[in-house]
Order: sequence, then structure tokens, then C-alpha cells
Amino acid sequence: MNVLEDIGGGVNRGLAYIGGLTIQFWSALRASPRVLPIIGKRGRWREALRQMSVVGVKALPMVGTMSVCTGFILAMQAGAELRRFGALQYVMDTVGIGFTRELGPLLTAFVVSGRSGSAFSAEIGTMVVTSEIDALRTMAIDPIEFVLAPRYVAAMIVIPCLSVMSNAFGILAGWLFMFIESNLRLSMYLQYIADSIYLRDVLTGVLKSVVFAAIIVNVGCREGFRVRGGPDAVGRAATSAVVWSTFLVILADVFFTAIFYLLHWH
Amino acid sequence: MADPIISVEDLTVVYDGRRVLNGVSLDIQQGEVLALMGGSGSGKTTILRHIIGLEQPYSGTVRILGVDVNRCSPKELMAIRRKMGVAFQECALFDSLSLEDNVALPMHELTGLADPIIEIMTYMKLAAVGLGEAGKQLPAQLSGGMKKRAAVARATALDPEILVFDEPSAGLDPIVAAGLDDLILLLKRAFHMTILVVTHELASAFRVADRMAMLYQGSLIAVGTKESFLASTHPRIRQFLDRVPDPIAQSAAVQNRFRELAGMAGGTQ
Repeated sequence: MNVLEDIGGGVNRGLAYIGGLTIQFWSALRASPRVLPIIGKRGRWREALRQMSVVGVKALPMVGTMSVCTGFILAMQAGAELRRFGALQYVMDTVGIGFTRELGPLLTAFVVSGRSGSAFSAEIGTMVVTSEIDALRTMAIDPIEFVLAPRYVAAMIVIPCLSVMSNAFGILAGWLFMFIESNLRLSMYLQYIADSIYLRDVLTGVLKSVVFAAIIVNVGCREGFRVRGGPDAVGRAATSAVVWSTFLVILADVFFTAIFYLLHWH
Repeated sequence: MADPIISVEDLTVVYDGRRVLNGVSLDIQQGEVLALMGGSGSGKTTILRHIIGLEQPYSGTVRILGVDVNRCSPKELMAIRRKMGVAFQECALFDSLSLEDNVALPMHELTGLADPIIEIMTYMKLAAVGLGEAGKQLPAQLSGGMKKRAAVARATALDPEILVFDEPSAGLDPIVAAGLDDLILLLKRAFHMTILVVTHELASAFRVADRMAMLYQGSLIAVGTKESFLASTHPRIRQFLDRVPDPIAQSAAVQNRFRELAGMAGGTQ
């Protein structure tokens, strides 16, 4: 009986969590136009730009390094097997398609989740603990619009851009492998890549990264707002944000990949 | 008598099945300073959080300027909050913003004033609390007393009708605390504000208050003038005023544990 109660309680908590995420996402989405330049409130866009710099520009070296390393690893692993069949040229397909459809968005999501998802929850959690969120409410300033919306807008814009950059870095790492192995010129490599990947590969990757961005920013902010207590609760929220967002990113990836597979978008 | 600016009626708050406030009723009139006193855990901050509309009560009502803050529309609540300024115990200044940006924030957000006007008003607000030259500093660079004064400057940014202070002098030395008390009195005299001060500092309460109220274990046990408090024979008020500590009551379980530990210590010798 206890096992059933535990399972039921867990399902209830999970549903409540997903429900909370959905409500928060909808509220932040509604507040997002007020962050945009010209039509938004003054000063909001500046905060969104600051967040873009923190989430995107400062993450670029790490995303780039990870993508180059992963691209090179993928090329070496694929090359080792394909060479046995005299099909070394298919390394380029593997790297090109693998990165645009899958690895670029996924690697970017992991880096941003670790860097910014945890930072969102820690920043907002600290604001909760130090009564800054309460202060906003008492000043008749909506915390959703002031705190969440700039982060949502920033994440939804820069994470897909980072993902495209990750694709580029990964594909270049594939060329590095091919250059070492067969002295292939960059122009020929790029020509082959351009022939092997389709626009829909890039677009589905970008679509995935938009969804991943929504998950990371939503979970990070949600964990921050759930903080109760003191500094240790802030630390727990940061950890929880990374764990949950990584988990949900993987789930979303499976879901979207299955849909694209069933729709024959491959 | 005119309608009270703040009216709390039969406010009951229950957290996790535990009553934190028991049917508290309290009125605050236009232009008066009311000091809400009580020991730690008596429910002072809880009543404050309900007055500023941050929490929903179990039962009872809180009316600000005639509006029930727990049952009004979000728009009405926003309108009421624009007429209130709150200085939190933790100051709640935004760490990433300079002092002047903290004070200017409500003006930028809630008024259509031009930036140069906001700049002038921000300087005036900071100068009024003695921080005119500290505007460029970040909250982390300020002392505790300066942070408290900055929080007051921000709370008064929109010239509110009502000011609420949560433990304004907690953690400050007596000289800085006296400076804050003077500031509260200045705000009352200059702007005829209605002020609620939640405090457990007797000296501060007697200095600034027109009337006082005392909470004990979630119940309001007295409301009156300073003189009536000084003359009160209520045992809890006398204990608070005369600073008599509660005897440390130990339960039977604690006493048994003490005996066990004493036995263990004896056995190791």
C-alpha cells in the first residue's frame, strides 16, 4: 500500500511541477513583448541584452571547445570503422548530419544548462531569500515581467544561435580530421557537407534548440522561485535546475527525434 | 473618527495546522505612527506581510484605504501598492543595481517621468536620507545603517501615503538606530505619512510611535498610547518593558536526556 501511495504521490508531484512550469512559461511568454525594443518598456531590452551576453557570448568559448572536441571524437570513431570498408568519405556525412540534427543543439543545451540554468535559479533564489522578489511585488512591479521575461527572451534568442555556432565548430573539427587523414581541402570538404545536409536538418536542429532553451530557462527560473529558507536552499535549487533541465532536454529530444523520424524528416 | 487608513479585522493565520495569528484586529489612522511590538515569533512580520498583501489570510480582512487587499482585483492591489512604501528588514536592495538605480527603479517602472526629472528626484530622495553622495555605490559597498537608509529612500520614491518598516533598527548600533528614528519622525512631520513600524526595539518604539500595539503568541494583547503602556500592569507587557527573561522551561524528555548524558559521563570516569 505504501508503495502505491509513494508512486501516486510522486506522480502527483511530477504533474504539479509540470503544471507549474506550464503556467510560468505562459505568464513569461505573455510578458515577453514588454521586453522587446521599441514596443517594450524602457530599460527592459537593456537587461535582455545583458542576459544575452551572459547566456550566449560568454558561453561561446565553452560551446566552441566542446563542439570541436566532440566533432573530432566523432570523426575519429566513425573514421576507424568506415576506413575498413573504404568509405572514409562518409565521416563527413556522419559529422555534418550528426551535428546539425542532434549534437549541436544537445551539446549547447548541456553547456547552457550547466552555466546559465544553475545561474538563473541561484540568482532568483537569492532574490527570494533576500526579499527582493517581495520588494518588487510591494513596489507594484511584476516579478514575471521584471525578472523572468528578459531571461526568457535572451535564452530563446541566443541558445539557437549558439547551437548553429556549435554545428559550425563541430563540422570544422570533422574537416580537421579529414585533412590529417587524407589532406582534404577545406573548400572541397564544405562542398561535400553542403551536398550531404539538407535545410530541414538545420531547421529541425534549430527547432529543437528553441525547445531546449525554453526548458532550460523555465526550469532554472522555476527552481529559483521555489526556494524557501536560506543559502543552502539556493544551492539545492541550482543543482536541481541542472538535473531537471538536463533530464527534460533528453526527454524532449527523444520526443522530437521520434516525431521527425515518423514524419520521415530525415 | 475618520475611517482608518489601515484596518485589520479578525485576522487569523494558520501555517501547517499551527495558528500564527489569532483573530487580530487593529486600526491605524491617517498620519499616525503605530509601533507594532512583540517578541521573536510573536507574529509581527506575519501581520506585516498580510498588510502589504504578500500573503492570503486563513480568515479575516485587511483593508488599506478602504480596499480589501485579499479580495480586490490585481489592478486594485497594484494601485494600493503604489500608495505604499515598504522598507524590509533585510533592506531588499537589488545587488546588481547602484543605489541611485535602486531608488530610481519605481519611478522608471511606474511613472512616465523623463529621465532627467527622475535623476533629480533620485538625488533628492537619497539626499533626504543622507546618502546624496553615495548614489553610484553598489549595496554591497554600504554599511548596515546606510543600506537601511537607502531602503527608506527607495520606499519613499513615489511619495507614498503609507510607509511600513520591518525592524528598521535591528542589528544597528544605537547612534545609527537613533538616526533612523529621526528619519521616520521627519517623514511623518514633513509628508504627513501614515507609518507602521514593526519592531522589538523598545527605545525606537517609544521614540517614534504615537500609539503602540503589542503581540504575544499571535494575539494582540494591548493597543494604546505610550503612557498607557508604561502604566500597564499586564504581566506580558511588564515583562517586555522590564526585560525579564522567560525561565528556560525544560520538558520531562529533555530532563531525562540530561540525566542519561550525566550517567554516561559518570560511567566513562
